[in-house]
Amino acid sequence: MSDQNTEALEPITGIEVPVYLDYNFTAGRATARFLTGVKNGKLLGQRCPSCRNVYIPPRGCCAACGVATEEEVELSNKATVESFTIVHIPIPGNPIKPPYVIANLVPDGANISFLHVLSECKNEDVRIGMRVEALWKDASEWDYAMENIQYFRPIDEPDMEVEEIGRLKDA
Amino acid sequence: MADLAAVVGIGQTKYQTKRKDVSIAGLVREAAFNALTDAGLTWDDIDAVVVGKAPDMFEGGIMPELYLTDALGCNGKPMLRVHTAGSVGGSTAIVAASYVQSGMFKRVLTVTYEKQSESNAMWALSNAQPFSPHLNAGAGGFFAPIIREYMRRTNAPYDVGIKVATKDRLHGARNPLAHLQLPNITLKEVEDSPMLWEPLRFLESCPSSDGACALVISNEELAAQSPKKPAWIRGAAMRSEPTMYAGREQVNPQAGIDCAKDVYKQAGITDPRKDLDCAEIYVPFSWYEPMWLENLGFADVGQGWKLTMEGATSLDEKGDIPWNCSGGVLSSNPIGASGMIRFAEAARQVRGDAGDHQVDGAKLAMGHAYGGGAQFFAMWVVGSEKA
Repeated sequence: MSDQNTEALEPITGIEVPVYLDYNFTAGRATARFLTGVKNGKLLGQRCPSCRNVYIPPRGCCAACGVATEEEVELSNKATVESFTIVHIPIPGNPIKPPYVIANLVPDGANISFLHVLSECKNEDVRIGMRVEALWKDASEWDYAMENIQYFRPIDEPDMEVEEIGRLKDA
Repeated sequence: MADLAAVVGIGQTKYQTKRKDVSIAGLVREAAFNALTDAGLTWDDIDAVVVGKAPDMFEGGIMPELYLTDALGCNGKPMLRVHTAGSVGGSTAIVAASYVQSGMFKRVLTVTYEKQSESNAMWALSNAQPFSPHLNAGAGGFFAPIIREYMRRTNAPYDVGIKVATKDRLHGARNPLAHLQLPNITLKEVEDSPMLWEPLRFLESCPSSDGACALVISNEELAAQSPKKPAWIRGAAMRSEPTMYAGREQVNPQAGIDCAKDVYKQAGITDPRKDLDCAEIYVPFSWYEPMWLENLGFADVGQGWKLTMEGATSLDEKGDIPWNCSGGVLSSNPIGASGMIRFAEAARQVRGDAGDHQVDGAKLAMGHAYGGGAQFFAMWVVGSEKA
C-alpha cells in the first residue's frame, strides 16, 4: 500500500470487540420443579404459606412476605390478560411477524402474571380481562423452557372483571 | 442530625448519539473536569470519588470503575462504585452527599455516565432467562402494559403522552446540552411517528445517548468559600421494592410514594406542587409524567394527566410547576447519568444558572430517578437557601 492510500483511510476511532456470555444457570429448588413441570407440559406454581398467593414461575419465596414457598400448585392452561402491549419491532431469531401482542397473563389459580405471546386473534380485539389458553407445542419439542408454549390464544369465555384478575378467590 | 451539604460544582458533557472522539475514561473525565472548573477547584481538592453507571452489560465492560480510577484522579483516594439500574445517577449523588452529610469527607466528586453507542442497551436488558420466554421487548415492552393499565384506570385521553413528548422536546431545544434538538416539533409529528410498543410511539420514547454528568458536593464550611452559589441539599431519600410480588402496585409503586414522603418531610414540603418551583423527574417514556405526577403527590390519583394537558408542567405555557425544563430523559438518555442529570438540573435551577431553561426565581427544586422495574427510587430536594 502506498503512503498516499494510507493517508486516504479514515482514522480508526473504534473496533468491534464482541462479548459472549454462556451461563450455567443454577435454578434452585423451586425453579427446578417449575422447569421440570414445563418439560412435562404442566404449569407448576407455589403458594405462599403466609398470604396464600400463588406464584408462577415460583422463585422459592414470596417477595411480599419474605417467607419460603413450598406448597406446589398445578395451574390451569387458562389465563386472563392483565395488560398487554402491541409490539412493532421484530424479535431476533423468532419467526413471529410484527405487530404482535405480548401480554401479562395471570393463569387461573395464580396471583401474579408472566409475559407471553398472544396470537390467533386480531390485535385490536385484545383487551384487559380477556380469557385465553396456552397452545403447547408438540410434546416431542418440549424442553426446560417456557417456549414449550407456542403462544396463548383467546377462548370463548366472558371477560373477567378487572378487579378480579389475580385476586385471591377465597381470601 | 446530618451535617449540611451543598452542590458547588456541576459538569456535564454534550449529550449525543455517538462520542467517537473520546473513550469512556475520556468521557467521564470531561464531565468531572467541567464540574471542578465550575467549582473553581482542582483534583487535589477532592477527598473521595463516587462513580455510578447502569448495568455493565450496557457497554460490555465489566467493573469499569477499575480502569476509571486514574481518569478520575482517584490515586490514593477512596473510590466507590454505585449501581441501582436506571436510578443509579440519583442514588450515586445521594451516596456522595451522605459521605459529606456524615462528616466522613469534606468534599466529594461524583460522576455517572453511559456510552450507549458502544453497545446495545435494549439487548442487554433482554437477555434470556430460563424461566421466561425470550421476547426481547426491552424497557418499552416492559413499561407499555403498565401504561395501558394507567390509561384504563384514569380514562385519560389518548394524546397525553403525545403532549408530554412534545413539551419535553420544546424544553430540550432551550438546552444546548440536550441530545435531541427539535425546536419545531409538533403534536402531529409525535402522533405520526411509528408505533413501537403500543401505546408508545417512537417520539414518545427516550433516545440512546452518550454522555456523563458530574457533581462536586462539599460541606457547609467549604461551600461558603465557593465562587458560585451553592445548591443546598435540603433532603435526600431512596427506597426500593422487589420487581415482582403478588398484588404489587405497578402503576403507582409504594416505594415511590414512600420515598417522596420522606424527602418532602426532610425539606419541609407539605404540597409539592405549591412548595416546589420546578422539578426534574425521570420520564423515559411520555406517559410516566402523569403517572409520576400522581405517585409523587403533585396531583391526586387519577388526575395527573389533567396537569399535563392544562400545561401546568410546561415552561412554554408558563405552567405553575414546570417539569423537566432541561428536556428531561426524553431529550437525552445516557442511562447511568440520566438520574444525576435530573439532580444536577434541579441544582442548576436553584443556583439561577440554568440558562434559557431557567425558571425565574427558582428557590426550591426536586430531582428524581427511578430504575429497574420501577422498583428503585432516588430523590433529592435542593434549595437556594440552607433552610
